[in-house]
Amino acid sequence: MPFDTSLLSIEMLTAALGLAVLILGIISPASAKKGLGWITVIGLLGVSGAAIGFWGTQGSVYSGMYLVDNYATFWKLTFLVAAVLVVLGSMRYVDNLGGQTEYYSTLIFATLGMMVMASAGDFITLFMGLELMTISFIILVCFRKNESKSVEAGIKYILLASMSSAVLLYGLSLIYGLTGSINIYEVGRIVAMNPVSPALILGVVMLLAGFGFKISAVPFHMWSPDVYEGAPTPVTAFLAVGSKAASLAILLRVFVAALPGIWEHWAMVVAILAGVTIIVGNLVAIPQDNIKRLLAYSSIAQAGYILVGLVTATEAGIKGVMFYAFLYVFATLGAFTVATYFYNITGSDKIKDYAGLSQRSPLMAVVMLVAMLSMAGIPPLAGFVGKFYLFTTIVDNYLWLAFIGLIMSMVSVYYYLRVALVMYRDEPADSTPIKVSSPVAITLVVTMLVTLIIGVYPGPLSEVVNAAAHSFFLQ
Amino acid sequence: MLVEFALHHAWLVPLLPALAFLIIVFLARPWPKLSAFISVGGMATACFFATLAAYGVFTNHQYTEHPLVYAARWLTLGLPGMPELQINVGVQLDPTSAMMLFMVSFIATFIQLYSVGYMKGDPGFSVFFSYLSLFAASMLLLVISSNLLQMFIAWELVGLCSYLLIGFYSHKISAREAAKKAFVTCRVADFGLLLGILGLVITFGTLDLVELSERVANFREYTTFGTMTLLAILVFIGPIAKSGQFPLHVWLPDAMEGPTPVSALIHAATMVVAGVYLVGRMLFLFHEVPVAMDLVAITGAFTALFAATIAITQREIKRILAYSTVSQLGYMMLALGVGSLTAGMFHMWTHAFFKALMFLGAGSVLHALHHKADVWEMGGLVKKMPITSWTFVIGGLAIAGIPPFAGFWSKDEILVVTLNGGHYILYAMAAFTAFLTAFYMWRLIFLAFYGEEKPENHPHESPWTMCVPLIVLAAGAMTVGLLGTPWNNIWAEWIFFGEAHHSGEIAWGAMISSAVIAVAGIYLAYTLYLKDKEKVKVKALAERYKSLYNLSFNKYYIDEMYLWFNHTMVDGSAKLFYLFDIYVVDGIVNGLGGFGKLSGEGLRVLQTGRLQNYALVFFLGVLAIAVLMVFAGPSTASLVLGGVM
Repeated sequence: MPFDTSLLSIEMLTAALGLAVLILGIISPASAKKGLGWITVIGLLGVSGAAIGFWGTQGSVYSGMYLVDNYATFWKLTFLVAAVLVVLGSMRYVDNLGGQTEYYSTLIFATLGMMVMASAGDFITLFMGLELMTISFIILVCFRKNESKSVEAGIKYILLASMSSAVLLYGLSLIYGLTGSINIYEVGRIVAMNPVSPALILGVVMLLAGFGFKISAVPFHMWSPDVYEGAPTPVTAFLAVGSKAASLAILLRVFVAALPGIWEHWAMVVAILAGVTIIVGNLVAIPQDNIKRLLAYSSIAQAGYILVGLVTATEAGIKGVMFYAFLYVFATLGAFTVATYFYNITGSDKIKDYAGLSQRSPLMAVVMLVAMLSMAGIPPLAGFVGKFYLFTTIVDNYLWLAFIGLIMSMVSVYYYLRVALVMYRDEPADSTPIKVSSPVAITLVVTMLVTLIIGVYPGPLSEVVNAAAHSFFLQ
Repeated sequence: MLVEFALHHAWLVPLLPALAFLIIVFLARPWPKLSAFISVGGMATACFFATLAAYGVFTNHQYTEHPLVYAARWLTLGLPGMPELQINVGVQLDPTSAMMLFMVSFIATFIQLYSVGYMKGDPGFSVFFSYLSLFAASMLLLVISSNLLQMFIAWELVGLCSYLLIGFYSHKISAREAAKKAFVTCRVADFGLLLGILGLVITFGTLDLVELSERVANFREYTTFGTMTLLAILVFIGPIAKSGQFPLHVWLPDAMEGPTPVSALIHAATMVVAGVYLVGRMLFLFHEVPVAMDLVAITGAFTALFAATIAITQREIKRILAYSTVSQLGYMMLALGVGSLTAGMFHMWTHAFFKALMFLGAGSVLHALHHKADVWEMGGLVKKMPITSWTFVIGGLAIAGIPPFAGFWSKDEILVVTLNGGHYILYAMAAFTAFLTAFYMWRLIFLAFYGEEKPENHPHESPWTMCVPLIVLAAGAMTVGLLGTPWNNIWAEWIFFGEAHHSGEIAWGAMISSAVIAVAGIYLAYTLYLKDKEKVKVKALAERYKSLYNLSFNKYYIDEMYLWFNHTMVDGSAKLFYLFDIYVVDGIVNGLGGFGKLSGEGLRVLQTGRLQNYALVFFLGVLAIAVLMVFAGPSTASLVLGGVM
């Protein structure tokens, strides 16, 4: 079935949803625009339902240009769930800001870009998805257009992102030039059969830099703290979660499917990148006094942990990445949603203003605590299981990397617990209780429960991820 | 239909009290009555399901041979180079666990009901009920566990609850100290158990009880006899503390600092028997190692005798009961040690009823006398508190071993199996313990409930919520032993290890002698404490054997020995390690921390906020990776530098 377009139906639905929100936003009166958030949530949930229906489907459209397999479906579901949670967590924020129409539709288009990336079977599709996502994010980052920080972040992001895209494109074109194919799996077969050339290595370097930028791996991470800080907090959350997860999805697809033939050339470099990213992310997080910057560095460190799964380029590694990425989504969204809501109420992102949060809003404090402990890898939370899966893949041959991961996890406990200490020990300067609105409460409770449940009972997710990782090699 | 449902949903039994715990903690805490209602309701429902499940197990004889097991995969651990280890969470129902399930939930229900009256007006009323629920949930989880890890988790949870409940009156220093003592003592021993469990996993590659029992039966394929002995002894260390066996029994009498329902629930009927239960569950392991069996039997018999000799001189009502518990637990261990799961579990079953009854009775007395605990200061309570007194007397008859009360049958069973096994010394110890038991228990009864009333006391009968459980448990103490009479031993057909054992001939000799021993004990107590109004003889005796009396009264100075050891050895080495900690460990840690902070600050400087710098770093990064690629890859260096295409 070379032109079975029904395989594209969830992407079409998402595109239709984005357009519908755009049109509805234009024709509806200002007072009704608050409903757009709920339309987005319901629409995205509907698309998620359709995506679940695709579980188990294996196929491709337009001669391998677009792939549908459990691997892609799993990632798409992750993006969709993340998008739903972000929208729920940002409703009030956006209502205060105005411009709901543009915000929600752009967010949907960014999600669409991610979904295209997860399913990309060739370099063109890959790049299209990546750009759709990136450009949507540029719009979202400078959404608070009256605020200089937001605009500055937007400009930084647009310039650096286009630079990284250029580098990535250069790498892709080098590989195309050498192999004569843009199809990822086809490239994989050609690379495996032919001797290695320096130009190919250069192409791999460019790819690493381009994708490294997206997942904010050191030394391509410089943009992320500034952009994360300047962007509206819900956008930061989606950037930290969605953009990173989508880039990981495609990074794995390219490196494990197209470049396994020269695995021994890039494995050590990826391992070193992962190690450096873990070290720098965790160390620089220590002196931060702004919660968004702290989370930015922590998410850099998390990217380092996830990269560990790529080192072996095996099914177990892919499984580890997917498992960790999934729970990273929930932990990060939990933390950022608390930060968003806290900013809405108090107008501050300073960690010291979180003093006594446990008294003002026990729910927010406990969600932040659970998210952070999970990211630090404390059992029985999900992060521990995730790290366990990731590091068991490399413990044989890259013991030093596992050791770095271990030491730096301990370091991370320091700065995570510093926030916890402020929230739980210190007396609040202003002790008025914070009432959490219901959509935000849903997001918070969901993220916390998922983090707890996966930690205690990782079995089902682990099996789903197994199936997804397995399908990766069937294309 | 309903029985089928209960059988296949036995996990509901621990889940219901667990839910009650969560609801109380998060929602219902501000409303004490609601909390109590949720707690008791949850427990009663759990008891209902447990009863059905037990009924289901006992009416299907296939479960005796093949336990009903169902489990969900919890996680799979695969380390490179090691066989994959699957860990399940599940339910294992066989007559033993079904019996425990019923017993624990039944007794817990009535104790919770009793607590409603007993804890009335306490500021921590709701919290108390949440703890009770959590405790019941953990204990029930322990009982139905189908694998060792799950069991160990429940085991630790039970220990935690015990800590919380013993220290419930946290304003009292003694309660706090007792809680810590219980927790630390058990933790020390749990480490042995944990090592044992780890050893079993490493050796046999499974945590699942059924699989493990199959593999242990052919242990020679896996390991040597020496390892097996070590594993069995390590596993036994856990129960030594949990079930108050010598020499780690010290925490149990102190644990009476907790509210009395706690003593009844945890330290008589359920938690302390967890150790016995574990040994019973793991009997397939001990069975392979005769040395370990002997260790269990000797520890049990010695503990039984040892604790009984302490109990005869104690003055506090709950303390006497506590030592009596230690002594009875010794009996159970003895039974298991001589290889009779039937007798051990049977005594556990009857003991749960009469000991819970006596603790609750003691609680009722303390309630009436405003926590005056010395039995010498009581007296004549039978007139003002008839229900409490009569039920207590029934408990006393049961524990002393007067036929046909419950304790008689189970204790007789233990004596018979010990004798049949040819363990004559152990039999003598156990028989003498039986005499002492009857004596000290009836000493308590004569002193507290009979004799002259003390004018300064103004006792009154307790409210119905406290009396109903007493009556129910008294009925239990009278009848539950009839399940295992030698004429119609239904018990032995259900609960056994290996071959179902039929006693065949009725051991009239043992039976009559144990009844005679019990009567003799009671008679001695009668002559010394009731007939002799001025207690002249007692005082004379205590005077004459002063050193022995002091030894017993001061519990053989075991606590003092531990204290001495703690002061000299532990504190001494702690001082040494403290110095090491301050200068070496802290030095390293602070150094590392300082380094981390400094490098964090240093790297932060790079984050200038200037776009040009970021772009520069980006391209430097590309360059660095390119260079790295050249040198880190296996042959890339030669590829590039050598120019091979």
